[in-house]
Amino acid sequence: MRRALIPFVEAVLPFVVVGILWQAFALLGPFPPRLFPGVETIFSTFVRLVAKGILPIHALSTLLRLILAFSLAGLLGVALGIIMGRYRWAEDFFLPLTSIGNPIPGLAYAPLFVLWFGLGNLPAVLLVAFAAAFPIVLNTWTGVKAVKEIWIRAAQAMGAQDRQLFWKVVLPGALPYVLTGLRLGLARAWRVLVAVEMLTSVRLGLGWLIFGAREFLNTDVMLAGIAVIGLVGFLLEKLVFQKLEQLTLVRWGMMEA
Amino acid sequence: MNRSRTRAALGALCSVGLACLIWEGFARSGLFAPALAPSLTLIVSALGRMVLSGAMLWHALYTLYRVLFGFVLASAVGVFIGILMGRFRRVERFFVPLVSVLMPIPSLAWVPVFILWFGLGNAATIALVFYAATFPAIFNTWTGVRSVNRLWIRSAEAMGADERALFQKVVLPGSLPFVIAGLRQAFARAWIAVVGGEMIAATNWGLGWVIFDSKEFLNTDVMMASLAVIGIIGFTFERLIFQTIEQRTVSRWGMVKTVRG
Amino acid sequence: MHQIELRNIALEYASTENHVTALQDVSFSVEASEFLCVVGQSGCGKTTMLNIVAGFLKPTKGEILIGGKAVTGKGLDRGVVFQDFAQLFPWRTAQRNVEFGLEMKGISKEERAEIALRFLKLVNLEKFARSYPHELSGGMQQRVAIARALAYNPAVLLMDEPFAALDALTREEMQRFLVDVWRETKKTVIYVTHNVAEAVYLADRIIVFSPHPGTVKAQVKIALPRPRDTLSVEFLNYQKEVVYHIVERK
Repeated sequence: MRRALIPFVEAVLPFVVVGILWQAFALLGPFPPRLFPGVETIFSTFVRLVAKGILPIHALSTLLRLILAFSLAGLLGVALGIIMGRYRWAEDFFLPLTSIGNPIPGLAYAPLFVLWFGLGNLPAVLLVAFAAAFPIVLNTWTGVKAVKEIWIRAAQAMGAQDRQLFWKVVLPGALPYVLTGLRLGLARAWRVLVAVEMLTSVRLGLGWLIFGAREFLNTDVMLAGIAVIGLVGFLLEKLVFQKLEQLTLVRWGMMEA
Repeated sequence: MNRSRTRAALGALCSVGLACLIWEGFARSGLFAPALAPSLTLIVSALGRMVLSGAMLWHALYTLYRVLFGFVLASAVGVFIGILMGRFRRVERFFVPLVSVLMPIPSLAWVPVFILWFGLGNAATIALVFYAATFPAIFNTWTGVRSVNRLWIRSAEAMGADERALFQKVVLPGSLPFVIAGLRQAFARAWIAVVGGEMIAATNWGLGWVIFDSKEFLNTDVMMASLAVIGIIGFTFERLIFQTIEQRTVSRWGMVKTVRG
Repeated sequence: MHQIELRNIALEYASTENHVTALQDVSFSVEASEFLCVVGQSGCGKTTMLNIVAGFLKPTKGEILIGGKAVTGKGLDRGVVFQDFAQLFPWRTAQRNVEFGLEMKGISKEERAEIALRFLKLVNLEKFARSYPHELSGGMQQRVAIARALAYNPAVLLMDEPFAALDALTREEMQRFLVDVWRETKKTVIYVTHNVAEAVYLADRIIVFSPHPGTVKAQVKIALPRPRDTLSVEFLNYQKEVVYHIVERK
């Protein structure tokens, strides 16, 4: 029984320490409580916003936007990456463009997208998809290129034709890279999305909730919103991608657990 | 080797040229108003005007000042914490839960809070850059120190290395590939954070601020010109600086294969 | 009629600097159910020759006949086993790896499973049918690779140093095992190796390659009964003879 408690205490301890430090700073520090609320205020605001359904609805609309944008980026990104990996002309044309575009922060395009597509959901989703597509394209391309020559030869020796080679060897062989790309793409989509919601004035969304709270100096609302953002990001990583990797790559021994 | 590099550069130039041509055709087709889709000549002349007047230089310098200040601070703190985590179990146990909870929070979510705390301007943006860059630096350094090959440590010990020498001569160089990768990632995050932060939290100067400000007046040409500068600076750091450091050190030791793209 | 016949095979290619002749005037034949070993120093073109027979490379001159018919590309009449353990598909279980060639032939699922299990049994791995390659040892992985190359019933088995990456004890075990499989299946085998003792242990006949350019230098028929005693005087004499052909200057 006591043995089982130790890891739990170890996991909670850092948060307790940080909470105490925070509280001390809130009470003794230079900021008025409006700007630097104590832990109990943040917590009660969090509970109040959840009970009223305000946080859930903002979180839900943010998630919906994320899913939409990420699906778009995933479909187009993987398709383009595969085409680049398979055809020389596509590689020659798209590789320099994606390599140059990749380090430009997706957010920098936000004003441009607002001008082109107006305010609201459309520019938000398109911009997030655009930003998330880069790592997906580049990793998929690398994956198709990195499929081991010996697998191709072995499959050809066993009579695989081009189509079969593609579906049964190239695609599963490139999967580790494709999954890495999707993972990076999702992380990027998540980071960009919160900021984009601030800039494109969507009606509902965690980014907008935080940004809007600034007008009324509701720091407690902002911090509650940030907590939800952290939680969602954490769950996305743990539940979606680690599961997926467990089911495929770790099982196949293409990646260590 | 050299010939293939020039060929690759030439190919890149061709494809960028082709993309420019497509854009020019699109801009001049009249589908979008010129104010929304300016032609290349407009963009280039806006860029030239801003460079000549010195305005672009100041915007870029402000942005660079903010990003480098935050990045250097974050690297120092991040690498330090990362090494401590890799070397001491207690430190590791304390920081791992915190890092794994704070890392997935997009740095830009903090902008409104930082504005309230630090006011509009440099301090808020630098704090933001710091937040964005610290976690990749911590995480990668920690991974690097842990992944130092046990055989190297054993053979160094067998050759009489003490704790200090072990750390300086084996652990540090051994984890360097990860540290460099971490700093590279940290800079990429910092660059995103600075541009986003400037859009929301800056006053009067900075590349992000220019872009956001020109939206108000439909100055799409200025926007595109600033985007180009952002791209060029990001590309310079990513390709010229970090890649060179990597090639000078870890690739020469054969520890990583440099993957293009 | 010979099972396999190589007629005046040559392979030349232009590298950036100069003109390279990898193979020149390679001619030999293999009889049905014969076990042929090809030995030579590294860089003598023996693997290149095997890749040409497998159809991965096209010769610049000459032709290859299998069962009397000229072949140019890859085909299901030849199975290939490489040296690299990584030749197995990591995303497929042992059984699904063995099924791959049958899948390409369009054989039904039930039949595939049955054939695959039969060949896994032949290599003593029926218990590991559901294991993924990374869960198997190197020797087991190579046995799966052999089962995979045999499962779609090619007449010829081409092997490129399949046991070179194994430890000495496992290698010996695998050699004994390969002889058993060969006797049971009566395949024609071309086996490339640089290990002379291995060649003498396995082969009916040994072909010695010499480099620059790669060509056939000598042939040695091994007239020893199986199983062979690797410590007998006759065995060692054969070994000496082959080594002599390899190191002898022109």
